[in-house]
Amino acid sequence: MIGTKALEPVAARAEEVWKVYGTGDARVVALRGVSASFGRGRFTAIMGPSGSGKSTLMHCLAGLDTVSRGTVHIGGTEVSGLNDKALTRLRRDRVGFIFQQFNLLPTLTAAENIRLPLDIAGRKPDQEWWDTVIKTVGLADRLSHRPSQLSGGQQQRVACARALMGRPDVIFADEPTGNLDSKSGAEVLSFLRSSVREHGQTIVMVTHDPVAASYTDRVIFLADGEVVQELDRPTPETVLEAMNTREVLV
Amino acid sequence: MLRATLKSLLGRKLRLVLSGLAVVLGVMFVAGAFVVTDTLGRSFDQVFATAYATTDVGIKAKPKIAVSEMEGEQVDTPLPASVIDEVEKVDGVRSATGMVTEDGARVIGSDGKVVQSYGPPRLGNNWIGEDGQVQLREGRGPAKDDEIAVNAAVAKAAGIKVGDRVGVLTLQPKKTFTLVGVWGYPGDKDSIGGAQEVAFTTPVAQRLMLGQPGEYSMINVKVDQGQTPAGVRDRIAARLGSDYEVKTGQQLADDSAAGMKEVLSFFNKILLGFAGVALFVGVFLILNTFSIIVAQRTRELALMRALGASRRQVIGSVLLEAVVIGLIAAAVGLAAGIGVGAGLGYLFTQLADGLALAPIGVPLAAVLSSLIVGVVVTVVAAVLPALRASRIAPVAAMQDVATPDRPLTKVSVAGAIVGAAGATLLGIGLYGSGGLWLILGGVLVSFVGVALLTPLISRPVVSALGRLFSWSLPGRLGRLNSGRNPRRTAITAAALMVGIALVTGVTVVMNSAKTSLAAQAEDTVKAEIVIGGDQNGPRPPTFDDSVLAAARKVSGVRAAAGIWNDQAQVDGKLTYVNATDDLAKLSDAYGGPALATLRPDQVAVSTQEMADHGWQVGTALTVQLARGDQHRYTIASTYDEDALPGSYLLPAAATKDFGITQPVIGFVRLTDGTTVAQVLPQMKALVADSPEVSATDRTTYIQQQVGTFDTVITMVQVLLALAILIAVLGVVNTLALSVLERTRELGLLRAVGLGRGQTMRMVTVEAVVISVFGALLGVVVGAGLGAAVVRALNGEGIDQLVLPWGGMALYLVLAALVGVLAAVLPSIRAARINVLQAIAAE
Repeated sequence: MIGTKALEPVAARAEEVWKVYGTGDARVVALRGVSASFGRGRFTAIMGPSGSGKSTLMHCLAGLDTVSRGTVHIGGTEVSGLNDKALTRLRRDRVGFIFQQFNLLPTLTAAENIRLPLDIAGRKPDQEWWDTVIKTVGLADRLSHRPSQLSGGQQQRVACARALMGRPDVIFADEPTGNLDSKSGAEVLSFLRSSVREHGQTIVMVTHDPVAASYTDRVIFLADGEVVQELDRPTPETVLEAMNTREVLV
Repeated sequence: MLRATLKSLLGRKLRLVLSGLAVVLGVMFVAGAFVVTDTLGRSFDQVFATAYATTDVGIKAKPKIAVSEMEGEQVDTPLPASVIDEVEKVDGVRSATGMVTEDGARVIGSDGKVVQSYGPPRLGNNWIGEDGQVQLREGRGPAKDDEIAVNAAVAKAAGIKVGDRVGVLTLQPKKTFTLVGVWGYPGDKDSIGGAQEVAFTTPVAQRLMLGQPGEYSMINVKVDQGQTPAGVRDRIAARLGSDYEVKTGQQLADDSAAGMKEVLSFFNKILLGFAGVALFVGVFLILNTFSIIVAQRTRELALMRALGASRRQVIGSVLLEAVVIGLIAAAVGLAAGIGVGAGLGYLFTQLADGLALAPIGVPLAAVLSSLIVGVVVTVVAAVLPALRASRIAPVAAMQDVATPDRPLTKVSVAGAIVGAAGATLLGIGLYGSGGLWLILGGVLVSFVGVALLTPLISRPVVSALGRLFSWSLPGRLGRLNSGRNPRRTAITAAALMVGIALVTGVTVVMNSAKTSLAAQAEDTVKAEIVIGGDQNGPRPPTFDDSVLAAARKVSGVRAAAGIWNDQAQVDGKLTYVNATDDLAKLSDAYGGPALATLRPDQVAVSTQEMADHGWQVGTALTVQLARGDQHRYTIASTYDEDALPGSYLLPAAATKDFGITQPVIGFVRLTDGTTVAQVLPQMKALVADSPEVSATDRTTYIQQQVGTFDTVITMVQVLLALAILIAVLGVVNTLALSVLERTRELGLLRAVGLGRGQTMRMVTVEAVVISVFGALLGVVVGAGLGAAVVRALNGEGIDQLVLPWGGMALYLVLAALVGVLAAVLPSIRAARINVLQAIAAE
């Protein structure tokens, strides 16, 4: 596995992906031949207005949704065409998730939540890596707390730690700061960025917040199911500018 | 508000079905009980109407002892032939026929065994020729003393045909006859209501069935044209005086049917009792369902409040939902109950072979009780959730409220109070003079108390149980889920507790009684060999008293004596009495105190009975037996009631007046040094002509006798199966709603890589933990209740407490299995959850 990782510079890749919901009058085309690559060890944001298909793209990339046409790869594996069992294993072993809300199991403590994917797989966490992650998210004194005893920001950091613990090929984050105040949001984003910089983690994040996008290495803009623009080394200003331009164009 | 309620109700069909099902099953039981008793009642009406169809007026002698259908078998007093002459002189009488018709003619089938009857009588009649009812199918009526005819039911059951030599047991030992005819009834019926009938010539019938030559059971009168039965009846009654019962055929049929209906109404009450238990369990299920629904609808209800709905309207909305569910469920339950009633009726006719089932009817009582029970039970169960719903603040509509775990203090205190009240009721019922209702009430109230305490108990117990499964992650998640909502888990488990506690309690009492009585019998009865049979009809199996005399002559026999049994009036009071052929030999054989043989005017009475009545040795008692005149007996001796069988022992001379003039049980004691094996074969040979009884060693006999307790346990288990089934539905219900409620959580788990199989295992563990918890509660509470009852019965001779460890372990294992089964559908549902939709869901 490590070998293929090293050889494969792209962590996730979509090629000519179409996603069509419904038929006839109710037919909605969410993705129209989207192609995008997400480089290993890079932090990428997917942006776009509501209904642009950004969440759909992420779901297809993560193996949560099937594509109508085209292919999706994670690492060297073609995701499109895997059965449920294989998809489950893929999600368990090679993908990490951070959602906007409801990220944690209320019955488990923070530590148990972090270990959950490893426990599901029946693997033991690497102690050194565990310590590193816990230290980075700053949760050492909160590990035995249940989610209801944690603040929103702390909960989201637990979710980040969970996603990181399995060292997946790629972490998908869906509006991870959408429910947080700006200070907590900034903490979570810095943490995500540092995990990319320091540990070479690949992260794909869907967001509509220019500030959040500015933490990433690259922004992909989607509109009406198509990639319309890409922006490297974004700042809040350049992102905002791109967004405004797009709005004018629309 | 009404529209909104109905719409939200229709929007959640699953909820409707699940909460309704418990009511459906309970109502089904109620309606079924009414339908079956009504239908059987009308079936018996038909039977007796047919049986007396050819009788305008019937005359019987007043029975010596009136015994109702519930108390046992009444013995007819024979009428002398001279009464017929009297009756014939009455104006309007066309004909008066003397009839012999008595229960107790037992035909020996071609397989050498007595043809059994599980209720209908086995009548021995005199042949009076064909009439509107009796129609020969083959052969002719008996003309000689060694000839008989039988009805087609007997011919079929016994496997005999015209020309065969057939053995018949009557008041006298086995006699063999030639079968000369087989008859049937109009409409190609083999019997009237399953009754087996054998016809002898009149003198033989009088001798064998009445033991009185020249006498009859009844006189069958036909009236002249233009006369009414009632008019003729009154004239006959006036002429015969008060020693005779003169009734029209219609009255006779009604009286017989009324007696049968008394039995049926008792049967109905038992069924309704079990229906009550099922509904009681159903209340738990509905309560739980509504609580979960209210919790899930928090936002919806809060929104209604925010839009201006009053608390009253919210309560109304929940209760309206309950009424609608109750009504629909009651209607479905009624329909199902009619089916169940029909099925039970059919089953009954199969058992009482030959009873023609009347058309299935639906009595008004069934409809009314179904609707009332269905609606009331549902509404009562919905009251608490409705009140809770009304307390939802409007602001909850705007917040993402996780229903906070309310503290368990209040409910636990309430549980302790209710539980204590239940225990007190139970205590008064058991030890005081409270009686059955107080005991039952105490048990039910205690159940409620335990149910209220269950949330408190559930925390440690569920957690401990769950640890058994914690070795795997799905197991651990399942355990955590089952401990998550103590109230919900508790109510679900409590529902299961009720059924299992009752079964366990009954088993404890029955097993204790069985063991205690068997041990006492082993201790008191010294006779090594017992002659007797299993009674499985209204008439006990008997054998000829010559067997006893023959037994005494067998070498190695120290003493042998028989017991006759019947009901009699002693100083005007109806009671069971025994007689023995020789009290001295009985005492010796049974192992009682050394007593002298009774003279024909002496009786032995137990010391306890003497004390109750204030009698002493030398007191004279007036005894009216089933036959003959009143007799005065002087108390000659007394014994401890445990030392000899029965409270009264009459002398040999009295046995001719017993309803059944043959012994029902014989005790044989062997001389020292003689083994059972040496004598038993000879004893078996002696009773070879009495196929209803056998000679067995003491232990076998005692075990056969106490086997009745096992039958009761089985019956209770069968009848409580419904309550347990409803509780299982409760587990399914709780899980299904939990799965629904935790859709997003399941989605998250699936997203981070929990496989379908693991998801199913997680739900299954939750179900198993809940069911095993319920069974554990049931077993503990049931054993406690059983032990309390056994202790209270200590004075009645039940001195050993036997806990059915095997059975209790079995219930736990079965509960685990039930949990697995209950989890099947919810877990499939959980595993099929669409990850994306679950995550995306609001």
